[in-house]
Formats: sequence, structure tokens, C-alpha cells
Amino acid sequence: MNNQLSFPAIVIFIWCVIALCATFLPLHPEVIILEKILMPPEWQAWLGYDDLGRLIADRMIMGARTSLLVAFCVVFVSLLVGTMVGILAAWFGGWWDNITVFVIDIFIAFPGILLAIALAGLLGPGITNAVIALSIVGWVGFARLARAQTLTVKHREHVDAARALGTGISRIAFRHLLPLISAPLIIEATFAIAGTVIAEASLSFLGLGVQPPEASWGSMIRDGTRYMLVAPHMVLAPGIAVFLVVLSINLLGDRLRDKMDVRLG
Amino acid sequence: MLNYLYARCISAIIVILGVSTIVFLLIHIVPGDPVEVMLGEAAQLADREELRSALGLDQPLLQQWIKYMYQVLHLDLGTSLYSKREISSILAERIPATLVLACAGIIIAIVIALPMGILAAIRRGSPWDFYAMTFSMLGVSIPNFWMGPLLIIIFSIGLGWFPVSGNEGAGSLILPALTLGTALAALLSRMVRGSLLEVLNEDYIRAAQARGLSDMTVILRHGLPNAALPVITVLGMQLGSLLAGAVITETIFSWPGVGQLTIESIQNRDYPVVQACILLISLSYVAVNLLTDLTYAFLDPRVRLGK
Repeated sequence: MNNQLSFPAIVIFIWCVIALCATFLPLHPEVIILEKILMPPEWQAWLGYDDLGRLIADRMIMGARTSLLVAFCVVFVSLLVGTMVGILAAWFGGWWDNITVFVIDIFIAFPGILLAIALAGLLGPGITNAVIALSIVGWVGFARLARAQTLTVKHREHVDAARALGTGISRIAFRHLLPLISAPLIIEATFAIAGTVIAEASLSFLGLGVQPPEASWGSMIRDGTRYMLVAPHMVLAPGIAVFLVVLSINLLGDRLRDKMDVRLG
Repeated sequence: MLNYLYARCISAIIVILGVSTIVFLLIHIVPGDPVEVMLGEAAQLADREELRSALGLDQPLLQQWIKYMYQVLHLDLGTSLYSKREISSILAERIPATLVLACAGIIIAIVIALPMGILAAIRRGSPWDFYAMTFSMLGVSIPNFWMGPLLIIIFSIGLGWFPVSGNEGAGSLILPALTLGTALAALLSRMVRGSLLEVLNEDYIRAAQARGLSDMTVILRHGLPNAALPVITVLGMQLGSLLAGAVITETIFSWPGVGQLTIESIQNRDYPVVQACILLISLSYVAVNLLTDLTYAFLDPRVRLGK
């Protein structure tokens, strides 16, 4: 098992360490060297230079920071809000539950990240708005899952006993419900991180995420698409990064699911 | 059966109302004054007031909402601020390209996924199975916005087989469709394998084999039709991701569809067109899901009888 876990775990570990250390590394992601514009990889610059003569390797590291930051912020907010809404809906039932289900159904009716694209476009480009847009879309999946899970454990004896003793909803939620429903939520969160990394890069690719001179893997790929004929290395490096991170998180999520033996909706 | 149809249609109508309401509210999330954002700070006061009343933004929210819903119902989506043309006629020009791209993407996905999923299921545990599932994992993880440029670098720039972008002839369709269809193919092949594996353990398959039918006949006549239902559902559900993916794919390949129009309009701050595009894509997704459910009910008596 340990052996199998290693590849995705190593990639994710490197991603996190690089992203967290980016601030302390001696990087020059915004320094422009005019005579190096679009230069392919060489000994001092192992990923080459971009269209403004900036170091792609340094910008990749800043991009790692962007994707990690956005992914964890979005998934954290979505998980928190979604779980809360889902548990409350299932717990109180009645019209409160009906309204929640109605809202969830409507949000799910928007295809993929389309709503996030629209929200980010109208809120105006920028990393904060990207996080807001992705969170507005992201909580729904967790709410649906938390609601469904809570419905299945709501009438277990120990929960009934706690309620009979007059325990408050917050204590019941934390002590008696969450421990039972957390496994599927954790797995969903794992896949959500992969999804958010792609979504953030997609928004940045469309020019709706981080703004220049900040770096994101998505915006680096977008810049690169204009020079594919002369400098394909601009597209390759950030793409491989997104791909490896997403693949690793997906693999890890699969393993987690098998290990925890959970079937998601 | 009729009860199921009614219930499903009513819930679809409610969802459509909700989706339209959210799309209506989109313009109100623009920070500050949406009219100022659309026209720019230098715009004359008179122009601003004209646009404000043209969009109905000077009226109370409820009244605006009723007016918006009334217009949507009558397919009156307003006028583009950028090209000053009717939005419905702009959309009508763009829809065919997106339809062609989406259909090509689905066809590519099915053509890849079906044989791969079947092969993986009947040769379970073999190298074929391993390769198919590896492809599936890679396909799900490779983002559209990288797949597209990668294909361009390899097949257009490197080998010179296809044009880099645009919509001229069948050759220009292949790379965008491949970009769009790969993720769907990856998911579908996994679904085909999974649901075929479940079906292959059923008694009627063993009965068919006992009757001496060839493996081919057993799989194609008795296995696949029974394994098709979950696959159709996933196909319907994934169409949403496909449509959202079309926005990115069309941008990469300068494909003149609704997705490219969405992004252009966001860049031009032509918000009525953005609203119309989002509404169109979302409603077609709702419609497809409704159709999927109805097909499902048609194909599977257990669903329509509510068992």
C-alpha cells in the first residue's frame, strides 16, 4: 500500500512544499530580460524564458502558490458552508429542507464551471473574485452529500439518545453526526481540490483569474498559446504541472475511496 | 408512466425558473454601477440613463424580474451593447457551430469509449484492461486548455495535418472535437467497463453462453443493451461539463460558437449577451437532462413505475 501511495503523494508533497516556500525562495518571476525573450531551456534557465523574457521556472513556482492557495481556500469555504447547509437541511427537514434542495437543484443545473466563468467575468477579473466565484459554485456538491449522509444517520440510536437528553444541534452535529459522515466528505473534498485546480487554471486561461504580472499555470498556458510556433516550451511546462497535480490528487482520491470503502452518490 | 412524466416535467420547469432567475441576478452582482462598467467612466450622463432605462435597471427589482422572465419566455433576449444587434439573431448564428462541435465531441467520446470499455470488461485484469483504465485516469486529469494546445503543437505545427484554428472544412473540426471528447471518453470507458462487468455476471448472460452463442453476440445482443442505462445517464449528466468545456475549447481554436461568444462578450463587457449565452447553455443542459431521464423511463420500466 505504501509503495502504491508514493507517486501521487510525492507529487502533492512537492507541490505543497514549493507553494508554501515560494515566498522565501530567491525568485525573480517578474524580472524581464529583453535579450532572452522566448529563449528555450538552457543551463541557467532549465525551463526557458517567456514572451517577456521572464524565467518560466520561477513563474511556475509562483503559479504553484496561486493554484494551491485558490484550491485550498475554495475547498475549505465550500466544505464548511456546504456541510453546514446540508446537515441543517437534513436535521430540521420540512420547508427548510425543501428550500435547500430547491437551491441545490438550481445550482447543479448550471453546467460545469460555466456559472463560475460568468460570475468571475461579471465580478471582474482577479484572484479574490475567482475564489468567490468558485466557492459560490463549489458548496453545492458538499451540501448535497452532507444532506444525504445526514439523512441516513439522523435516526441512529445514539443520535436519538442525544436529542432526548436535550443536546443542542451544534453539539449533536460535531459530536454525533460529523464523525459518521466525514469519510465521504473528505473524499469529495479530495476530488474537489483536483477540480478546483483545473477550474482556477481555466479561469486564468480565459483571463478571468489572476492578473498580470501575477503568475498562474492557466495564464501561463494562455500566454504560451500565442507563441506555440516558436516557443512550445511556454505551453508544455505549466501544462505538465497542472496535469501531474490533478492526476496525483485523483489517484489519491481513488485510493482513499477504496481504503475507506465509500460509494459516492 | 404519465405521473412520472408530469412530475419530471414540473420539476424541470421549476429548475428552469430558478436558473433564469439566477441569470437575471447576474447583472446585479457587477460591483458598482453596471451601466457605468458597461459604458465606461467617460460616458455621457444621457447615454447612461438611456441604457439604464433600456435595460430596465431604474425599476424596482421585482418589476425587472417579471419583465426579464416575460422577455425570456418570448425569446426576446434584448440587444447587444457592442454590435447593437438583436441577441437572439447573434445566438442563432453561433449555435450551429457549437452543436457541430458538441456532437463531434460526443461521437469521438463514444467511438473511443465503447470498444475500450468493452475490451477492458471482457479481458478484465489483462494488460488491455490496465491500458484502458490508465487512459481513463489520464484523460480525466488532462485539462482542456492544455490538451488543445498540445494537439495543435503535435498535429498542426509538428505534422501539419490540421489547421491551427478556425472553422473551415472537416479537417478543422477534428482537433477541437478531440480536445472536447477526450475527458468524456475517459469517463465513459470507465462507466462502460463497470456496468458491463456487473451485467456479465447475470444469469441471462450465462444462459446465452450455454446456448452456444458466440462471445460477440453475447456481448453485443445481451450484454450491452442491459449495460447501456447507467452509461446513458452519465452521458446526459456529463453533457454539462462538455458544454462548459466547449467555452474553453472554442476559445483555443477560435471556433465561432456560443462559447467563444460568451468569452468575447465578457471581455467587451457586453453583459446582456453574457446573460443570454449562460441562459442558453444552461437551459439546453436542463433540457438534455430531462430528455435523458425520459429516455431512461422509456427504456426501463422500473423507473416509470416508480419501483
